[in-house]
Amino acid sequence: MPETITIDPVTRIEGHAKITIHLDKYGYVDDAQFHVTQFRGFEKLVEGRPYQELPSIMARICGICPVSHLIAGAKAGDGIMAVSIPDTAEKLRRVLNLAQLVQSHALNFFHLSSPDFLIGMDGEPSERNFFGVMQQEPDFARDGIRLRQFGQQIIEWMGGKRIHSPWVVPGGVNAPLTEDVRDKILEGMPEALEIAQRQLVWFKQTLSEYRDEIRSFANFPTKFLGLVNRQGQLEHYDGTLRMVNSSGKVVEDGIEAPNYGTYIGEAVEPWTYLKFPYYKGEGYPDGIYRVGPLARLNVVDGCGTPLADQEWTEFRELERGPVVLSSFHYHYARLIEILYGLEKIERLLQDDDILDTHIRAEAAPNNREGVGISEAPRGTLIHHYRIDKQGLIEWVNLIIATGHNNLAMNRGIQQVAKQYVKSDSLEESMLNRVEAVIRAFDPCLSCSTHAAGKMPLHLQLMDSEHQVLDELRR
Amino acid sequence: MSKPTLATIWLEGCSGCHMSILDMDERLIDLAERVDVVFSPYIDIKDFPDEVDITLVEGAIATEEDLRKIRKIRESTTTLIAFGDCAVMGNVPSMRNPFGKESVLERSYRENAVDNQEIPKDSVPELLDRVRPVHEIVDVDLHMQGCPPSADTIHYALTELLEGRQPQLTEITRFGK
Repeated sequence: MPETITIDPVTRIEGHAKITIHLDKYGYVDDAQFHVTQFRGFEKLVEGRPYQELPSIMARICGICPVSHLIAGAKAGDGIMAVSIPDTAEKLRRVLNLAQLVQSHALNFFHLSSPDFLIGMDGEPSERNFFGVMQQEPDFARDGIRLRQFGQQIIEWMGGKRIHSPWVVPGGVNAPLTEDVRDKILEGMPEALEIAQRQLVWFKQTLSEYRDEIRSFANFPTKFLGLVNRQGQLEHYDGTLRMVNSSGKVVEDGIEAPNYGTYIGEAVEPWTYLKFPYYKGEGYPDGIYRVGPLARLNVVDGCGTPLADQEWTEFRELERGPVVLSSFHYHYARLIEILYGLEKIERLLQDDDILDTHIRAEAAPNNREGVGISEAPRGTLIHHYRIDKQGLIEWVNLIIATGHNNLAMNRGIQQVAKQYVKSDSLEESMLNRVEAVIRAFDPCLSCSTHAAGKMPLHLQLMDSEHQVLDELRR
Repeated sequence: MSKPTLATIWLEGCSGCHMSILDMDERLIDLAERVDVVFSPYIDIKDFPDEVDITLVEGAIATEEDLRKIRKIRESTTTLIAFGDCAVMGNVPSMRNPFGKESVLERSYRENAVDNQEIPKDSVPELLDRVRPVHEIVDVDLHMQGCPPSADTIHYALTELLEGRQPQLTEITRFGK
């Protein structure tokens, strides 16, 4: 097994992630593993800090989705204070969260994944990046830049800065929305909606070119987990957790944040720093499930906004079964969620009380523990804090979106490897497809590690005696 | 004449500084015309090149692997920029230092785990006892504060360097901002 293989440190010098592939004695792929090689330690390093500081410190877990950590941290703080925050504050947090959804999904689709579609899975590696896309498809690149910019600008205008805004605090937000900012956002909305719709139309047209990838990119039955609102619709800020199985049947529903531990366990493997959350109802490792855009669209009964609902209906009819199983369709789901995010932001900003200045509840700690759950762009995010009598953090548990998908990503790599590797030699296109299946999940390894998107990868091909037959690095 | 070369890398940070690079928005297109990006998480390149004009280093030094990387980067780079507060002074990642690495690992992999409680040690790099800022390991040519530095700051600094001038960052940057 990989733990017996010593990998030369120099070969890993650029590597944030590593994949090992094991062959059986006939030369067929037997197993594959996705190794995450960095560790941050946030569950410990915040010990002794006042709980009010936590949202801003936790935001530093990730520069791609800081708003998610800000919100989950602030909600855990709301729980400690035992307050129900003002309506306007909740709406403003929702807008911020959705703005991040838009920018983060745009980042994955345009900046990181689109080179695989436009330059091609088998394209020239030195050109297969966003700078290559800028040269070959400048209009497409500009669309991506503009859409991401729109999400980031909303965050900047509302929260003071684009990355690591301190605006969300336990009890609410720390400043009301101004009329000027509201109007600026609404002014930019038509362009953003137009881009989102245009790219969705384009991507749907290209799907027929990816039949092999759709078939083999982590395409298997698992359960799916995500938040839903009271109507069973798409929800990113609050609501309760729902889990459906691969036949679309609801297996768990109405899970409240504080009870997550009854349903989700965490397992450790010695060969990666990323833990493996699993569904306790089926144990480890059988309790495999997926989170994120694909999972969210699979668990809900609808989106709740007109344009997204139309797309959602079409999306759910993609495959024969009632839910969509191929992880390649994370991309498609991401585009639908961008559309949803924009529609929802527009609707929230049109509410009469959105400019209200009562935006923060004040209280001393009333509970020793608080759990905050939200949907980060990549899936369900759980922050669980416990404080001492002085309000200082005593203990923290975090379950990060990318972690939930760890079992599925590992199985996905096995599936792609089995599809494309049949002999004892590796090809570049195979390397890229293994990378691309991981990219479909949009792992935010900054959250547990680093390496979003175009990770340097190190592949080793081993025989059944665990001898290295071949390796490829990038 | 070939264009100046630019490399970017993230070590122990959150990638926020790299996101701030993308926050240059459409200015990115112009920048891409003026420099060759030769190594970056945004690009598929196998090894850090032997000669690079400017390298932006995000993040602190937290593992044995980071140590090897930063030494190679220093060796190969003309202008090494400590990019953001983690690189400049350790910032949030260094908050683990007072606890010691064992108790930090213990929390994640034994206390907060249900199955197979053990600390990963195969195929993963060993943590350093202390997280350290870049300048403790190698010489730094320019310190760019900020968590993260704003897109305007990054754009200004790179433009000045490309024009052959030394960027003046003290007035426009602050820790944490």
